[in-house]
Amino acid sequence: MSQRDLAIRAEGLVKHFKDVKAVDGVDLEVPTGTVYGVLGPNGAGKTTTVRMLATLLRPDAGNATVFGHDLLTDAASVRSQVSLTGQYASLDEDLTGAENLVLLSRLYGYAKPAARERAGDLLEAFGLSAAAGKQVKAYSGGMRRRLDIAASIIVTPKLLFLDEPTTGLDPRSRNQVWDVIRTIVAEGTTVLLTTQYLEEADQLASRIAVIDTGKVIAEGTPGQLKSSVGAGSIRVRLHHADQRAHAQGVLAEALAVEVALDDDPVALTARLAPGQDTAEQGSHVLGELARAGILVDDFSLGQPSLDEVFLSLTDRIDV
Amino acid sequence: MTVTQTDTKSDVDAPAPVAKEHLRRLLATGERPAAPSAFASARAFAWRSMLKIKHVPEQLGDILVFPIIMLLMFTYLFGGAIAGGTGEYLQFLLPGIMVMSIVMTTIYTGMSVNIDINKGVSDRFRTLPIWRAAPMVGYLLADMFRYAAAGAIMFGTGLVMGYRPEGGAVGVLLGVGLLLVFCFAFSWVWTWLGLITRSEKTVMSISMSILFPMTFLSNVMVDPSTMPGWLQPVVKNTPISQLVDGVRGLFDGTVDSVSVLTTLIWSGGFVAVFGFLTIRAYNRK
Ligand SMILES: Nc1ncnc2c1ncn2[C@@H]1O[C@H](COP(=O)(O)OP(=O)(O)O)[C@@H](O)[C@H]1O
Ligand SMILES: [Mg+2]
Repeated sequence: MSQRDLAIRAEGLVKHFKDVKAVDGVDLEVPTGTVYGVLGPNGAGKTTTVRMLATLLRPDAGNATVFGHDLLTDAASVRSQVSLTGQYASLDEDLTGAENLVLLSRLYGYAKPAARERAGDLLEAFGLSAAAGKQVKAYSGGMRRRLDIAASIIVTPKLLFLDEPTTGLDPRSRNQVWDVIRTIVAEGTTVLLTTQYLEEADQLASRIAVIDTGKVIAEGTPGQLKSSVGAGSIRVRLHHADQRAHAQGVLAEALAVEVALDDDPVALTARLAPGQDTAEQGSHVLGELARAGILVDDFSLGQPSLDEVFLSLTDRIDV
Repeated sequence: MTVTQTDTKSDVDAPAPVAKEHLRRLLATGERPAAPSAFASARAFAWRSMLKIKHVPEQLGDILVFPIIMLLMFTYLFGGAIAGGTGEYLQFLLPGIMVMSIVMTTIYTGMSVNIDINKGVSDRFRTLPIWRAAPMVGYLLADMFRYAAAGAIMFGTGLVMGYRPEGGAVGVLLGVGLLLVFCFAFSWVWTWLGLITRSEKTVMSISMSILFPMTFLSNVMVDPSTMPGWLQPVVKNTPISQLVDGVRGLFDGTVDSVSVLTTLIWSGGFVAVFGFLTIRAYNRK
């Protein structure tokens, strides 16, 4: 990939806090115009990495360029292209939602009337008009997130950092944030998203770096990552308990894996092999069951969890 | 086959859904206003501080009530003993106590900087393409307003108690102006301290242990010529004593240009040294 197509090229980023190696040699290549996921558990070094890339922390070693601008020697140019929605709301709690956006619009260079207009438009687009005059400290978690993201797109950035934008949100707010992220990327902004959830990275990102204890331990498309893990599963609940033995045979043959019988007398689970795509195998199996005349009450696909991804990745390193 | 859907309790005051089409249009404008000037960005931060006063007016209480208490307490407590009468002592004390109590409230600036820097909002400010000193200068501009308000209230209280400035309105305005210039400059010590310390309590205790001796070892309350000989040169030459000499001279109409000049030089020094240290600490945070 040529330098020109990269939003971020980071090489050997290191940041230590006393004896904690928060980030321990991270390389990243983030293509422009996509969502890039940085996936890792609590304490993996995601926030520290993002803060270095957003010019908030000076790396102890290594360097990065953002759209070709050097992080260390040309921080001002980097700042003019990026914006950051931090893990903890980057808003002034004492001010109202509207005041926050007007203040920031002014700091981006809008004159007062234009700043008011921009703030009003953003509040409306984010469904926050009714709460515009309330102090941010009275906002719910979901509303804060939205206001925070609104603040990050006052001037459409070329690169947006979103640090765990959905952690702690209820499913509805989370879906709204996902929709916002998709819209932002569709309009041409590159997004670097950190998350603890494989599902979230899978839904949004076109490439994912998995990081643990300050190091990138895997990188690739969501499909590549999951197939390297292959711990997805298919769970079926039957209409008739007496069809279970038959169903077990059909599943075992269709998937070429062992099929376990659950404690529930009408349920059975197949754990997929590495390399098998959960969604693809799911529809295949459903067809086979229908053809065999087996009635199904409930059918669910389990994605490998982040835990499973980790176990498998760390296993592979140990071997 | 049943499609199971997890039911989530809907928030009572759940916001309206995101208007995707509207959002798309806002993103697509691609508007990029020119970055604000250094002054415009500092002014925006000053506006923020004023909004905070509006939303949390209690913070103004301390700053306005404290000086009045100081004035009343020292006039009636020490007046008889030091000057043989409260009226005469007030005439000597008012400019000094005004300097002392307003200089003491400058530590709030350091505490606010410290509280801010530990919150997410300063991450956002620090990723904006603006003049790096703007947030601090913004604070200080808003603080000038508080100090002027505190000065006016003290002066008003003094007038009621019988204070009469010989220097007239011009002298008083120039005196308060000199005090504000010094406070603006001196506050950079606290912005720096606010950036390099862990908590606002640390800021408070360090700045108090500097300010107490600095303001008491001065000519605020007593004439230094009553002090032991070895102490006099020290007391007479602290920046606070020079400032008090200047303000007192302007209020009394007996202005001594040396103390005014010395105060301005001290002010320039504070801005140069601690302004530099503040910006360096801010960039390294
Ligand atoms: N300012 C700091 N001082 C000391 N340790 C820190 C600091 N910031 C992060 N750490 C430590 O660095 C490690 C990585 O933290 P972080 O980047 O916040 O991880 P993540 O965002 O993935 O949860 C953790 O062990 C954390 O405790
Ligand atoms: Mg984090």
